[in-house]
Amino acid sequence: MSDTPNNTEGDAQAPMLEPPTGSADGSLDADERRRAHDIWVAGTEEPDWIANATDEGAQELLPRDIDPALQIQRGIAVDDDFIDQPTITEDERQILNMGPQHPATHGVLRLHLELDGETIRRVKPIIGYLHTGMEKTAENLTYMQGGTNVTRMDYLSPLNNELCYSLAVEQLLGVEIPPRAQAIRILMTELNRVASHLIWVATFGMDIGALSMMIYGFRDREAILAFFEKVTGLRMNHNYIRPGGVAADLPEGWEEDIDGIFDIVGSGLDDYEDLLNRNPIFLDRTRGVGVLTPEEAQAYGVTGPAARASGVNFDLRKAFPYSGIEQYEFDVPLGKHGDTLDRYLVRMEEMRQSLRIVQQVLETMPPGDYRTDDRKVTPPPRKRIDESMEALIHHFKLFTEGFKAPAGEVYQAVESPRGELGMHLVSKGGSKPWRLHARTPSFAIVQALPVMLTDQIVPDVIATLASLDPVLGDVDR
Amino acid sequence: MAEESTPQEEPQETDEAAEEAVARVLPDDRILAGLAEPFPNVVFTSFEPLAGPRQDTATVSREELISFVEAVNDAGFETFIDVCSVDHLNRKPRYDVVINLLSMQHTKRLLIKVGVPGDDPTVQSISSIYAGANFYEREVWDLMGIVFEGHPDLTRIVLPDEWEGHPLRKDYSVGSVPVQFKGSHKSS
Repeated sequence: MSDTPNNTEGDAQAPMLEPPTGSADGSLDADERRRAHDIWVAGTEEPDWIANATDEGAQELLPRDIDPALQIQRGIAVDDDFIDQPTITEDERQILNMGPQHPATHGVLRLHLELDGETIRRVKPIIGYLHTGMEKTAENLTYMQGGTNVTRMDYLSPLNNELCYSLAVEQLLGVEIPPRAQAIRILMTELNRVASHLIWVATFGMDIGALSMMIYGFRDREAILAFFEKVTGLRMNHNYIRPGGVAADLPEGWEEDIDGIFDIVGSGLDDYEDLLNRNPIFLDRTRGVGVLTPEEAQAYGVTGPAARASGVNFDLRKAFPYSGIEQYEFDVPLGKHGDTLDRYLVRMEEMRQSLRIVQQVLETMPPGDYRTDDRKVTPPPRKRIDESMEALIHHFKLFTEGFKAPAGEVYQAVESPRGELGMHLVSKGGSKPWRLHARTPSFAIVQALPVMLTDQIVPDVIATLASLDPVLGDVDR
Repeated sequence: MAEESTPQEEPQETDEAAEEAVARVLPDDRILAGLAEPFPNVVFTSFEPLAGPRQDTATVSREELISFVEAVNDAGFETFIDVCSVDHLNRKPRYDVVINLLSMQHTKRLLIKVGVPGDDPTVQSISSIYAGANFYEREVWDLMGIVFEGHPDLTRIVLPDEWEGHPLRKDYSVGSVPVQFKGSHKSS
């Protein structure tokens, strides 16, 4: 009895540490005591300690009358459905902290929600928990190494990142890419779009309660990842699309593998639509939830499927075609209402359209080289290295120093599964980029969350967030 | 590693070479010509990439930025895409803030470039014209240390509040940085 610490007595015996020797009369102010103890001792907290320990700093959700974000939301540029109800007193509001470790935030997104009952009145997204300084890292990697860096930004669509980066570098270099390399790039990025959307439909279904979707989506994505592994050697973060072409040609028998993917994913998509499209619970959870108007999408820079579900008819593959995608036929699905259901329908149709592109690539794959024959960018063939000293030196220098890109500044954008992925690349003539800025689609999506979530109920946060498909690696970079 | 990672030594003349590489042309299409008329001081340049559409850039002074961006908005560039910044270190002005706008109706992109001096890194915020600029300007402030005047909530966005310095600046070394966590300074 005597040896066990008696917790019921509370903090009467605290502090357990050596009493700090303070000023002459033995009294200490809060700061001195904190310094002396270096830890919290229960029962000794001063009120300002508590405030310090839990305040949010600059990220705090400010009182309503001085919240600047709210004033933007109410601004004229974006029409918002925020309704102020002055009859509700401050006591009836509470601030709920969601994330950063909430499973439905798809990573480490954090939301401050001001609730009025169960209705959300204000939202403040807080990001940065996954910031790894990739833009700074890119300045210390050669153009050839840079692909390994950018591929890790949006980890669900690594090939799109690589394609965007490679196209930006190639713009600076002025290198012509052979048709086969371009076709392989389109093949891989469109398959990557399907894989990314399959993950999306899996997590989306799981988040709103259709738990089997999780298993189905991941199962089908596995077929595509197995193909990626066969082609690139890795399931994710491939560094396969490189400045100058792609890393390796497609393996023997790739056509059969693609046919297998068509069978698995094509029939899978039909099954999912059978499961979900007429499911009353699914429709109730999605219809009219998280509405984004076209004007809001444009003002907040939301692009891709999320904007197209609002009826914004814009697809970079049609507007600013890249890598020869203009020679393939496909449709751009558009929604009408901009709600969660439309985002679901648009993404499901996008998968079919991507498979349609893959089918055309399969039928029309041109013969030829899989990388440019510009010796400045492409290492010499393996056989030449054995024969020629110069080829060996060239190979060595290419992989140590890298190639130099002429000075210039380019912006290149591709349609990633989440929207417009852009790379702003500045070169000053060295072998490393002077500055690489990635304009990532998820960043804009997270920014637009307040206009979609305001005046909804809490469960709709999950459905809306899941339907937007932000990747936090893409947000924070 | 720290010595190696200091900015690549850059002679001044590469900037001139870069400007020569980009053909100096007067805007020849209708929309840009309409924008160029009321703003004689805005310099339009364009870059013809190997594939894809021409890339137009308008270089604007800090004073004219807001009125120019408003005019661009009225001209049909309704979609906000990006705000980013470039540190040129030895150039005057030292920084560039690049605003990237898109016109879906005209299928056209416009980069607006503003030079920002190193000793007074301030520029007007465009978040009152494009609501989407809010987070992007916070990111530029956070990583490059450029102050956006008139921004409603200019706080750090990806780094902790207590972080010292702005990492994307070229004089911010990439040596070992002690890991800073929120509140870590309070416990010592």
